[in-house]
Amino acid sequence: MKTETKRKGASKQGAAKGRKDAGANGANGVTSSPSTAADGELICTTETTLGAEQLLELYRYLLLTRLVEERLVNLYRQTKVVGGVFRSLGQEATAVGTCYALESRDFIAPLIRDLGAVLVKGIRPREIFAQYMAKAWGPSEGRDLNIHFGNMEKGFIGPISHLGDMIPVMTGIALGARMQQKEIVALAYIGDGGMSTGAFHEGLNFAAVQRLPVIIIAEHNWYAYSTPTRLQTAVENLADKAAGYGIPGHIVDGNDIIACYEVTKRAADYARSGGGAVLIEAKTYRRKGHAEHDDQRYISAEELEMWEKRDPVDRFTRHLLTQEIATQAQLDAIVADVQREIDEDVAWAEESPMPDAEKVAYGVFDNSIVPPAFRPKIFGDK
Amino acid sequence: MSTATKKEHKSNRPARGGVATFIEAIRQGIWEEMERDPTVFVIGEDVGAYGGAFKVTDGLLDEFGEGRVIDTPISEAAIVGAACGAALMGMRPVAEFQFIDFISPGFDMLTNYAAKCRYRWGAGLPTVFRGPCGAGVHSGPFHSVNAEAFFLNTAGLKIVEPSTAYDAKGLIKAAIRDPDPVLYFEHKKLYRLPRLREELPEDDYIVEIGKARTARAGRDLSIITFGAQVLNALDAAAELEREGLDVEVIDLRTLAPMDKEAILASVKKTNKVLILHEAARTGGIGGEIAATIAEEAFEWLDAPVVRVASIDTPVPYSPPLEEYHLPQIKDVLEAARKLAAY
Repeated sequence: MKTETKRKGASKQGAAKGRKDAGANGANGVTSSPSTAADGELICTTETTLGAEQLLELYRYLLLTRLVEERLVNLYRQTKVVGGVFRSLGQEATAVGTCYALESRDFIAPLIRDLGAVLVKGIRPREIFAQYMAKAWGPSEGRDLNIHFGNMEKGFIGPISHLGDMIPVMTGIALGARMQQKEIVALAYIGDGGMSTGAFHEGLNFAAVQRLPVIIIAEHNWYAYSTPTRLQTAVENLADKAAGYGIPGHIVDGNDIIACYEVTKRAADYARSGGGAVLIEAKTYRRKGHAEHDDQRYISAEELEMWEKRDPVDRFTRHLLTQEIATQAQLDAIVADVQREIDEDVAWAEESPMPDAEKVAYGVFDNSIVPPAFRPKIFGDK
Repeated sequence: MSTATKKEHKSNRPARGGVATFIEAIRQGIWEEMERDPTVFVIGEDVGAYGGAFKVTDGLLDEFGEGRVIDTPISEAAIVGAACGAALMGMRPVAEFQFIDFISPGFDMLTNYAAKCRYRWGAGLPTVFRGPCGAGVHSGPFHSVNAEAFFLNTAGLKIVEPSTAYDAKGLIKAAIRDPDPVLYFEHKKLYRLPRLREELPEDDYIVEIGKARTARAGRDLSIITFGAQVLNALDAAAELEREGLDVEVIDLRTLAPMDKEAILASVKKTNKVLILHEAARTGGIGGEIAATIAEEAFEWLDAPVVRVASIDTPVPYSPPLEEYHLPQIKDVLEAARKLAAY
């Protein structure tokens, strides 16, 4: 299989450094070379086991991710979102495609920019909207932000802000499952920035030693807040780090949703059958700032423009049409359905009250054992 | 010529009850819980074949196998994180820090992940994080710390520290059965102390988390303390008794959530309070106890609240330095006499 992953005229960093061919750098697998349509425009890989119905479901999740985020930006500008909004614009295909390869019994720990994976896991947009708007009906009932919650039944372990911390936790998920003879896969997302943390190293090393079915999706989106990858790590490819753990590393075009699915599917099969941990680097790009407040002054207009042309939604749409998997009318119907769901769910979230203030005191511990942490009266209870 | 000999080592199942040291009591407790509940498992550095640096987990590997006795890399963040993940799956991990000083590399996972999980999304984590704490054995700045104050300001972590073999067993069993994260600190000086050998019940029992005990009842003065310092407090009380002072010793046993009722009841009884702990004085748990007493029992006090603790230095290695650093019985006596005379 051809090993080229960075196309000519790739991101400024990549091009300027004259990076070598990814496959020659030790990462031991690359999913696919970019496919092009007749007009030379990029489409997705045509080597897939996915049928038309699944591809359209994938399209729905991809659209849902983008449009939920766009709506969140609207709500943010209306000051209805209390905290920040963290976009995954330009990198949505990675989260959606990789998570789609999992089974319902598997677990994920996303990063803030992996809304797509959370939606694929079956979390509804209304939960996301209520959560961002700090509403009582949100899954954390106003205690935490954005996708910082979890749902064990759906295999979703919400992240915390401390990058890297979810790698040891997911190692524990896999460890606990093994003790229970459950053949699950634990998939954790991390970025070019998060891979610099100690927790990432400790967690992955332990998973590798124990041959646990942990899959790491290293989303290489080139920036951690404003810090470019060249200031995070000296390796050529994030997948090269796999060698340090004695596990396989793969590189995939993170903007090719089908390739993301395929590489993860194979990794999941490998991990589930006892092979142990796998590291997959998805090369993609974060087209928005760290959050909505970030003016991206550290990014050139040319760089942004170049990646706009590689938009994963446009690319998958082109794929579906040029490969005659779907008609424009079918895709339009999906978009309309997604818009309807978002409208309904935003209305639901807007209807939710804010949480009762005194609820803040509950749930630090099991309150059947330790009472809620109410503010004590001054001079005791006399 | 080789002079090496290798002893065939096989650890037996601990007795159920009977006369036990402090360390044997902890080992009994973990062992019994692993027998009782298949979700309980042990994870840490050198806890398997070696049985742990102090042998708390000795024999568990042979009995329960490597599926439930897991040796880890030197990775405290991984130990804590993996314990949390396994707990989310319904397991009950008992994680060991080889020395409690090494809890610091796991600090982030404990304070940000373990402590906040239930609060953030209702996912309680039945996890125990245990290990040897404390100074007085000439182990220097990195094998001697008392870590309770590092965690006292984090909502969501329970902290226990026993001072008797009975409590050591009852509290480890309670901690393992608790639905929330429990930090279980074991003063290493107590592990094999002959004085702490005692007859334990054969029956299953726990010591409830959150309850202090009166280690010695008295009328004139309260010493509020925990862990190894309970012994110093009792020794000081015996000495003071000869001087005609009737000293009460409260052994907190649980540091978070603290048994305020027991503290206040003792203050209201004796009206004079000496707080004794081994961690450094500034920012130590003594300040929290003193503030609680000042707020809630001010009218009951006949004297200022006095703290006796280690001085504000790292724990030094050389015996004369360490002795000066640590609170000594003579320091307790001096403070108690001044309080009595106030």
